Amino acid sequence: MTVILNQSFTGISIGAVLLLIALGLTLTFGQMGVINMAHGEFIMAGAYTTYVLQKSISSAGISLLVALPLAFLVAGAMGALLEWLLIRRLYTRPLDTLLVTWGVSLMLQQLARDVFGAPNVQTHAPDLLTGNMSVAGVTLANNRLFILGLALLCALTLTLILRLTPLGRRIRAVVQNRDLAEVSGIATERVDRTTFFIGSGLAGVAGVALTLVGPIGPTMGTNYIVDAFLVVVVGGVAQLKGSVITAFALGVLQSVLEYSTTVSVAKVIVLVAIVAFLQWRPQGLYTLRTRSLV
Amino acid sequence: MTTTTSPTETTSVVQPSVSPLERFRVPGAFLLGAVLLIGVAPLALSDFRLNLLAKYLCYAIVAVGVSLAWGRGGLLVLGQGVFFGLGGYAMAMHLKLADAAATGQTLPDFMQLYGTSDALPWWWEPFADPAFALAMTVLLPMAVAALLGFFVFRRRVKGAYFAILSQALAAALSIWLIGQQATTGGTNGLTDIQGFFGYDLNDPVNQRMVYFVIAAVLLLLMAAARQLFVSRYGELLIAVRDSEERVRFLGYNPANVKLVAYVVAAGMAGLAGALFVPAVGIISPALIGIVPSIGFVIGAAVGGRASLVGAVLGAIVVAWAQSTLSDAFPAAWTYLQGLLFVLAVGFLPGGLASLGVVLRRRRTQTRTTPTVSTAPTGETA
Repeated sequence: MTVILNQSFTGISIGAVLLLIALGLTLTFGQMGVINMAHGEFIMAGAYTTYVLQKSISSAGISLLVALPLAFLVAGAMGALLEWLLIRRLYTRPLDTLLVTWGVSLMLQQLARDVFGAPNVQTHAPDLLTGNMSVAGVTLANNRLFILGLALLCALTLTLILRLTPLGRRIRAVVQNRDLAEVSGIATERVDRTTFFIGSGLAGVAGVALTLVGPIGPTMGTNYIVDAFLVVVVGGVAQLKGSVITAFALGVLQSVLEYSTTVSVAKVIVLVAIVAFLQWRPQGLYTLRTRSLV
Repeated sequence: MTTTTSPTETTSVVQPSVSPLERFRVPGAFLLGAVLLIGVAPLALSDFRLNLLAKYLCYAIVAVGVSLAWGRGGLLVLGQGVFFGLGGYAMAMHLKLADAAATGQTLPDFMQLYGTSDALPWWWEPFADPAFALAMTVLLPMAVAALLGFFVFRRRVKGAYFAILSQALAAALSIWLIGQQATTGGTNGLTDIQGFFGYDLNDPVNQRMVYFVIAAVLLLLMAAARQLFVSRYGELLIAVRDSEERVRFLGYNPANVKLVAYVVAAGMAGLAGALFVPAVGIISPALIGIVPSIGFVIGAAVGGRASLVGAVLGAIVVAWAQSTLSDAFPAAWTYLQGLLFVLAVGFLPGGLASLGVVLRRRRTQTRTTPTVSTAPTGETA
């Protein structure tokens, strides 16, 4: 029993990381159908922001708290810039965006290598986040709990923004029907840029969270990006709750399978499960109901 | 190679022309390519350089398939590394077993190092048979592609969704291979291959022979792909790329059309992987994961995805630039590679092959209907 609970918690914490990354992707992918491969490098930007801040602010706790909003701004600004420079020009060719942004991600990785050096760097976690908690025989690592809380907080905030604010209404309108939104007087280009800013900013926040569980390196983003995209594919782009459910489901599935088989076999089984799932729901868990044929 | 006998001449992919010069353009270009590859290159290049060229030609074979599936079919195949790897591993497994048998061993060298048992794993055993191994280099990738493609296309999973799934497949296979150190060589892969069906690969003469085999296969596959492009099927494939719904309304099943392109492309990648092994002497997870899989697409994108010659030349040039420049200026090369990709895909979607068309159109400032060789819309897949 304890083993099952422990594995579930591991799975949930994997899911929380996936969720943090996938939240931003759901926005950008849902909005413009754009696959932003540079999303992983925005995660890296967030992580390096934390690293630089910790060099200048010695207290690990304060630097982490400052890093969260700052990483959001840094990664968000990068995303908005990318949207303005490249992605809006490729609006009619979403598949090509995938390849273009992959080129961008190559350059950003090299930039990180030139600025910070190729070897991985580390940050110190605040004392509060280094220990463990024990609840009913299950060991819960504080840093994992923090990431879980952060992911849920981000998901909640984003849901509230999308549901309640005028900006959220505009974003939802563009996702659901871009042409109608445009004729209704919504400046879709501005909404695109704002969406990209928020989506990329969330990648930055994910980067800050990842500094707590692993090293910071130029290629750290690529390790997570494919899994995060799978979350979006399975969850569907219509509603955030698709991503939330999928992220945790994939996380738990992955960790349970890893326990009963091996890491590599678990990956393969998860992929087969995803393909099987798409047989049932080809457009993901939550789909937009439209009359469009494509 | 000529379109004159084709029943679909009026709607043929190449704009049909009455000029006799035009009629011999394609066979002429093909012949020129054959002379360059088979005749000139072996004479002009040193053994070392010829061996490098052999490696680039393997990437070019993958690019032929990419051009078919992506350029003509609009399927962004980001997991060609999987099929390249399956073909490569099938070939390397046989060659490792043959090497071991030649020295009187029952197990390949790495299994003696890492292996847990003295017996050969059951799924290695059939690969001792050369005919089986050769067949598997093509059939195994095609079977995997058919299985995935059938389920994915049947449910109309397309566009970015398909691209991500194919990419995830590449990630899964390379992770799985790394995990099975005892039976697949893990991260190292299958290395140090000595012989090729009885020929010693350390002998430069035999290396040249491998080059000739690869060049011949490339030329044959290009000719076959060319025939496929100008056939009725080729027309249908482009129609599916540009307007899948309309094709469905006309009574065709787009899923089958896409499946054929995907499976054929996978077979070509498998063959390329199989030929890569004797040319380079290694196959490893690092050669087939996500990054090399995208690399297979890069060359085709830069050269011109929908143009067969463009895709092949693009693959060769990008691979050449990679190995030449990445040693001398590793940092600068990465920037250049990224920039090249952004510029080529973002601003010249037809690749360098369409540069002439684009420039000519700009000069004359006339809006003619775009030829088929310009880029697809990218929305369909």
